[in-house]
Amino acid sequence: MSDRLTTQTVLRVKNVSKNFALPHEKNSSIKSGIVNIFKKRDTSVEVQHALKNITFDIQKGEFFGILGRNGSGKSTMLKILAEIYIPTAGSVETHGKLVPFIELGVGFNPELTGRENVYLNGALLGFSRKEIDARYDDIVKFAELEDFMDQKLKNYSSGMQVRLAFSVATRAEAEILLIDEVLAVGDADFQRKCYEFFKSLKKLKKTVVFVSHDMSAVREFCDRAILIEASEVIAEGTADKIANQYTRLFIDVSEDESNVPQDNERWGDKRMVFTDVKIVGTKQLNDDTPALKFSAEFIANRDIETIVTGSSISNSAGDEVCGTNTEHRR
Amino acid sequence: MKSQLTQKYRYSLILLKELVITEFKLRYQGSALGYLWSLLRPLFLFIILYFVFVYFLRIGNDVPHWPVALLLGIVLWNFFSEVTNNGLTSIVNRGDVIRKINFPKYVILLAGSVSAFINLLLNLVVIAVFMIINHVDLSWSALLSPMYVIEVFVFALGLSFILSTIFVRLRDMNYIWEIIMQALFYASAIIYPLSMVIQKSPEIAKLILLNPVAQAVQDARYTLISHANPTLYHLTNENVLISLIPIVIVIVVTIFGAWLFKTRSPYFAEEV
Repeated sequence: MSDRLTTQTVLRVKNVSKNFALPHEKNSSIKSGIVNIFKKRDTSVEVQHALKNITFDIQKGEFFGILGRNGSGKSTMLKILAEIYIPTAGSVETHGKLVPFIELGVGFNPELTGRENVYLNGALLGFSRKEIDARYDDIVKFAELEDFMDQKLKNYSSGMQVRLAFSVATRAEAEILLIDEVLAVGDADFQRKCYEFFKSLKKLKKTVVFVSHDMSAVREFCDRAILIEASEVIAEGTADKIANQYTRLFIDVSEDESNVPQDNERWGDKRMVFTDVKIVGTKQLNDDTPALKFSAEFIANRDIETIVTGSSISNSAGDEVCGTNTEHRR
Repeated sequence: MKSQLTQKYRYSLILLKELVITEFKLRYQGSALGYLWSLLRPLFLFIILYFVFVYFLRIGNDVPHWPVALLLGIVLWNFFSEVTNNGLTSIVNRGDVIRKINFPKYVILLAGSVSAFINLLLNLVVIAVFMIINHVDLSWSALLSPMYVIEVFVFALGLSFILSTIFVRLRDMNYIWEIIMQALFYASAIIYPLSMVIQKSPEIAKLILLNPVAQAVQDARYTLISHANPTLYHLTNENVLISLIPIVIVIVVTIFGAWLFKTRSPYFAEEV
């Protein structure tokens, strides 16, 4: 009874595993094939377990994040959901039309014009000529490429290509969307458009499976998420909780590597050591100014007469956003 | 019932149409004369062949309208060669798309062969013109000739299913196929009249005609151009069973090819 698909579950992944056979030396030519006949066979194939026993459900209207480090298996998972790969074991049940965006502009041909590429890419997403005809003006307007549609794609800048591809993608009428790292490309203006698109998807109650390394996007849009590490799901829960856990993966690694890290995460001679830094609260000062309250704990390993503590906040690019210290405050 | 069927194949049909249009546009991409080349190529080919084989080597003088029959053979062979050669590499060439989205893979092969078929129809227009110039007398049997064109089409497509599937895992296949095609070309009585072989050995002539392409070309020549082109049916003294062997080969190859392709195509994305 519990195995029955409820009306709300639109995507059910059950005990999915995926193995890839990795030949050490791929017998893709006759010569190596013949040579390998005389070698022992068991050394020639290694099985890579890309996914092990993955199970999760996605409800209708959910924005669902799949997080994990590079090589953890999250892209393989997305490709299995998109039916590009067949799972070695387990099953995937899908209810509703699913459109994958593993990459923008699939099938784009540089020798064709922008217009022709819209129809080709649209066909791959399941649009007939008539359906594209009806949306064509919309697509061109959204991409802001009115004057370039009859030029060959090879004469487009990469930004223009992405805009066109994204514009077609946003017209896809699907109940379930799979989105992989789309935000990784494009400038700030394009990213803003992406965010607006995601907001509209949320508003329309579309089901979205979202793979990203951008934790701020995950926190903002995802309702729930799973964390895949070394081919297995190691956590499932609210987006905030999973995003924190994802970030911790990297910190744990740097502590494992050495007790006195050499990078700028930690430095000094350990006369005093920070034991904890955490955000204790956020609030909105006014419409566009958020405030952040954090606490830091440290212990002194020897007697110290006077101490000066400082803090600085950097953005993900490593540039300092703001900073202060107790000496300065005095 | 009909709407159910179109619903099931809706995506395939949309994709097929779009891929054919794309191939059609890209075929003579950037050339000034464009599609005129589909007419000009067989025309110049004919002029060359005419000089070499009819004027200098004096082959085929005993067959009425041999130059036209020669051109028909070359055009059909080129079509067969184009479909199988393009089909062989087409899955690997589209690997980029296959790794990004799931769609029925057979559409790729179908689109390539339909595009080649459109080109063949244009070539056949040139042949029709030469038939008129050469005063070829059309008989009622000419109505059968489209059947042989379709036979070549189906055989080439069936082979493409097999070849493209093998090529995904064995990248030597294109060189192997190139050699087989060279051998088959000379063993298919395309550029010499079959009567030359019959004079030496009727048994070898029969063997040649067991190859579906040779049989289809010879039958097309017989029905369309001149009854002086002997067919397998005549060589075997109207033995129906033997005459059906090439057709059986086409059916077996196509069914096996479709089965192989259907079984292996779900794994193309990870193997390509």
